[in-house]
Amino acid sequence: MEHIENNFIEKATSGDLGATSRRSFIKTGSLTGVGLMVGLNSFAKEKHPKKISHTDPKSAVLDLEINPFIIISTDGSIALINPRPDMGQGSTQAAPSLIAEELEVSLDKVKLIQSGGQEKYGSQQSGGSSTVRGLWTSLRKAGAAAKEMLIETAAKRWNASISDCYAQEGKIYLKNSDKSFSFGELVDDASKLQVPKNPKLKDPKDFKILGKYNKRLDVPERVTGKAVYGIDIEVPNMVYACMQHSPTIHGKIVSIDDSETLKVKGVLQVIKTKRPMPHRGADAVAVIATNWWAALKGRKALKVTWDNGDLAKTMTTDNYFAATYEAAKKEGIRFEEKGDFNAKFANAKQKLEFNYETPFLAHAPIEPECAVVHVKDDGTAEVWAHVQGPDGGLADVSRALGISKDKIKFNVPLLGGSFGRKAYHDYLNETCLLAKELKKPVKMIWTREDDITQGPYRPGMLSHMQGFVDKGKITGFHHHAIGESIVGQVFGGLAPDESDPWLSGEISTENSKYEFPVSKISWTNVKTEIPIVWWRSVYASNFGWGQECFIDELAQLAGKDPLQARLDLVKDARYRKVLETVSEKANWKEKLGAGQGKGIAVFASFGSISACCITVTKDGAGVKIDKVVSVLDCGYYVNPDNVKAQTEGNIVMGITAAIKGGITFTNGVCDQTNFHQYNVMRLNEAPKMEIHIIDSGENPGGVGEPGLPPIAPALGNAIFAATGKRIRKLPFDIANLG
Amino acid sequence: MAIFNLTVNGKKTKVDVEPDMPLLWVVRDFVGLKGTKFGCGIAQCGACTVHVNGEATRSCQIPVSSLAKNAKITTIEGIGETQLHAVQQAWIEEQVPQCGYCQSGQIMSAVALLKTTPNPTDADIDTYMSGNLCRCGTYDRIRKGIHRAAESLK
Repeated sequence: MEHIENNFIEKATSGDLGATSRRSFIKTGSLTGVGLMVGLNSFAKEKHPKKISHTDPKSAVLDLEINPFIIISTDGSIALINPRPDMGQGSTQAAPSLIAEELEVSLDKVKLIQSGGQEKYGSQQSGGSSTVRGLWTSLRKAGAAAKEMLIETAAKRWNASISDCYAQEGKIYLKNSDKSFSFGELVDDASKLQVPKNPKLKDPKDFKILGKYNKRLDVPERVTGKAVYGIDIEVPNMVYACMQHSPTIHGKIVSIDDSETLKVKGVLQVIKTKRPMPHRGADAVAVIATNWWAALKGRKALKVTWDNGDLAKTMTTDNYFAATYEAAKKEGIRFEEKGDFNAKFANAKQKLEFNYETPFLAHAPIEPECAVVHVKDDGTAEVWAHVQGPDGGLADVSRALGISKDKIKFNVPLLGGSFGRKAYHDYLNETCLLAKELKKPVKMIWTREDDITQGPYRPGMLSHMQGFVDKGKITGFHHHAIGESIVGQVFGGLAPDESDPWLSGEISTENSKYEFPVSKISWTNVKTEIPIVWWRSVYASNFGWGQECFIDELAQLAGKDPLQARLDLVKDARYRKVLETVSEKANWKEKLGAGQGKGIAVFASFGSISACCITVTKDGAGVKIDKVVSVLDCGYYVNPDNVKAQTEGNIVMGITAAIKGGITFTNGVCDQTNFHQYNVMRLNEAPKMEIHIIDSGENPGGVGEPGLPPIAPALGNAIFAATGKRIRKLPFDIANLG
Repeated sequence: MAIFNLTVNGKKTKVDVEPDMPLLWVVRDFVGLKGTKFGCGIAQCGACTVHVNGEATRSCQIPVSSLAKNAKITTIEGIGETQLHAVQQAWIEEQVPQCGYCQSGQIMSAVALLKTTPNPTDADIDTYMSGNLCRCGTYDRIRKGIHRAAESLK
């Protein structure tokens, strides 16, 4: 991989959308490539690969799109398409590794091109920890099919049998000879062959890249300041925008006094506009200037009068949580039930009932939301936006601009963190509206205050837990999940009598593998106008807290060791192995020092299983974290080091979510504005950590998120073990448990 | 607007900007060096860390007019121009960055720390580096990276 080809750079200065420069073919809709790969959502219109461009009319070099993800030029250069934007989770390594493994090329020898929303690349959303598990077979097939075509071509030229030819390092070799052809020498003829529908995939034992430690090749540019993030985009004649949003998010503009703003040097104009969120629009004002600092100064000088309606009374987190606790007293909508839980619970002799609360949280990626959009005179548009999914981004831009998708070039620079946030395109839609009006490139950057005060947030949630034990075993378990629904609010997709379907991948017994004799999962939707969206690990980050702390409480009631109580409930071999491994690695049974305690938790999400054991020691009125041991079974993976890195990130984010302040709204306004009030973990607070990956050889599961849900409950359980104090509400002050 | 003569990464450059413009935006949008990042604007995250006369400085808090005439500014682009700095090399060896957005600031802080404290303890690192936020959670590797860089500088 020479470098990440964010194909916006040359487009910033090159011609129109129809130009067939070496790299611009990618966006050319009429040149749809061959997509015959099983499992690819691509559009198999053609039987043969396409000659997609001449690099230079004077040269004989051709770029051939063997299939949508592989471009081999007759000069031997190879480009692979990464269909999943990188927000730090490592997709720029993971996705092309799947192709390169089967194609038999080294990543350091290929160019990488980030997809820009074109349909032939299928789903391009980095989210739901889906890159490797979603593309594991399809991208490998893409590589294997191209390899078979190249081998077939070489075999013909040598008049040899296919079985005597093999691919290695970008060449096809003839066995027992010194003959070889580079891929470039073969590609013109290879491209005339039919694409094999079921190419043979390598046996995992023969993998050279997958499952092996390999340095991420984009790290050097990330440590030298050369990596290009969304905020770094600069195009000629660009103006800058800074937004004034309503302090109550949904307030309506009564009047705008921009007299002082227009006096700020560099300010060009003030525009009354909208912030289109997926489910509703909000009024906003944009200050346009020749540079962003001037736009920010202009915003500070702006006087906007807002009509906030009843928001000051209604939109508060106190009101919201009060409603969730009220809901906990009533029967929810049944999601699943085994046995008659209510009857059994009523008659149970040993039972418990508690509520567990988790707060609203901001994603707070260090790179704030921003975008560059240019609506051109010829009716086309170009966008540079650090979104998680360029396919969804392109659709949103098309809608916002009223320009068809084939007339929009969508470039995806790197994401400076996201954690779910940059899959919500309010900031991009907002920039589109400005670009439409300005008819020149506009770069809009949110301030940190916009990011913290405007949402969307992880919803705050309540887990109302009921359970009972009998003869030393947990025999009854009810998780009543209560709160605002992402499906409901963001997508308008939840009927009043329906339970949130996303519970299935989170707390359903099918997912948790806990086999209770009697159990129930239920749901109550408590609505709020506070905008919400997924946050790293979605609801699992909320409901893991209730589920895993309550299992601990029931274990105590049953007089059982918390690890044993869990093992007693689970037959699933992978789940048991994860629990046994964390027990062994964390030395669960060791004799603890005075004031020390260990806590354990396990949670399955996004196709993987993760367990965590945290050790704490009493420290004054609180505790300090001695060590975090995390175990992950994610099936097959690409790079063990990246799996560890993601899990380290989950530990830091999981503890942050437990012990740092959440987001609160008072009188319709977010109480936190920047990192001095919305605290996230700092280096001096990061605990010792140890990560263990289980090589289960199972189908790939997610990596970016599954490590997070067990962190907070493992900490809560450890605190109970050390101090006897049971914490049920997040966040809490670890230095002062009260 | 006013003309300011700056020395950035050893090169003299002239910018015509408002005197209150923070060094961060001058460096990014007028000198054209995008490696220095905006994160919070209130010196809480450290993404904008540069060196002013060798000292780690939050460039979002330094109005360009407040810089001394002969101030030497060093950004992430200026620490390893001919060959990678030991800290950058250590960051690659330890595979520190995830998204990497905060890492320019982390590295500039680490370089400054090692200048004054060539053999930092974990406690030294904790104290010095706590001003640089990383939301991806690379802290454990940052610690390892600093120790590795310190070793290689011996």
